[in-house]
Amino acid sequence: MSTMATALTTQVYSIFIKASPEQIWEAITTPAFTQKYFYGVPVAITSETFDGGASAQGAVVEFDPPHKLVHSWRALYDPETAAEPESRVTWEIAAQDGGVSLLTVVHDRLDDSPKTAESVAGGWSYILSGLKSVLETGEGLAG
Amino acid sequence: MDDDRVFKALADPTRRHLLDRLFERDGRTLTELESELEMTRFGVMKHLRVLEEAGLVVARRSGREKLHFLNPVPIRLIHDRWITKYAERHVAALADLKHELEETA
Repeated sequence: MSTMATALTTQVYSIFIKASPEQIWEAITTPAFTQKYFYGVPVAITSETFDGGASAQGAVVEFDPPHKLVHSWRALYDPETAAEPESRVTWEIAAQDGGVSLLTVVHDRLDDSPKTAESVAGGWSYILSGLKSVLETGEGLAG
Repeated sequence: MDDDRVFKALADPTRRHLLDRLFERDGRTLTELESELEMTRFGVMKHLRVLEEAGLVVARRSGREKLHFLNPVPIRLIHDRWITKYAERHVAALADLKHELEETA
């Protein structure tokens, strides 16, 4: 797997969640919600900033509730990822039949941020699985 | 999401091979994937469709191209179904212990 560096420059994660786009939007942008699935981090998102405290920070470039959110990403939890150039995260929420929504997260512009790419690769799956759990059962994955 | 579809999609060696190719380098076109498999374009398309329906592959447009990405989330959901975060710590501790004991042996 010598091509891992190029393999990870654009990452796509998608998940079906039994919730409305409005509920998903709220879960993504409300600190009390994110704390339950975003590694315990309360993330505050406004039309201008993505504020994950000492964990991650970004500037919001597109804020279209409850359909689309785009923000830059700098992971501060590790000095090596913090030193790398900013990457970009795009959240897309699309209503499906039967009260289900499709949430897609695209993390790209990671070409010059290999440490970040490696670090978030497993993280997004964990976060989205936890988000689904919070919305469908009211509880996050423990821990 | 339907777990049956995920297991069915993963049950086929060609589809697992396609996922391996995407794991190695993500965001590929059908033509790129086809060139690495001894299979007709139609055959590759058919397998990709099964993977897409299971949510294991997500296709996204980039300009004129349709790129295929490996989506690991359905596999994570299966993982979380049986290995909860509580259990994971114990499993990880046992795995660490095994490595440590085998290395020092």
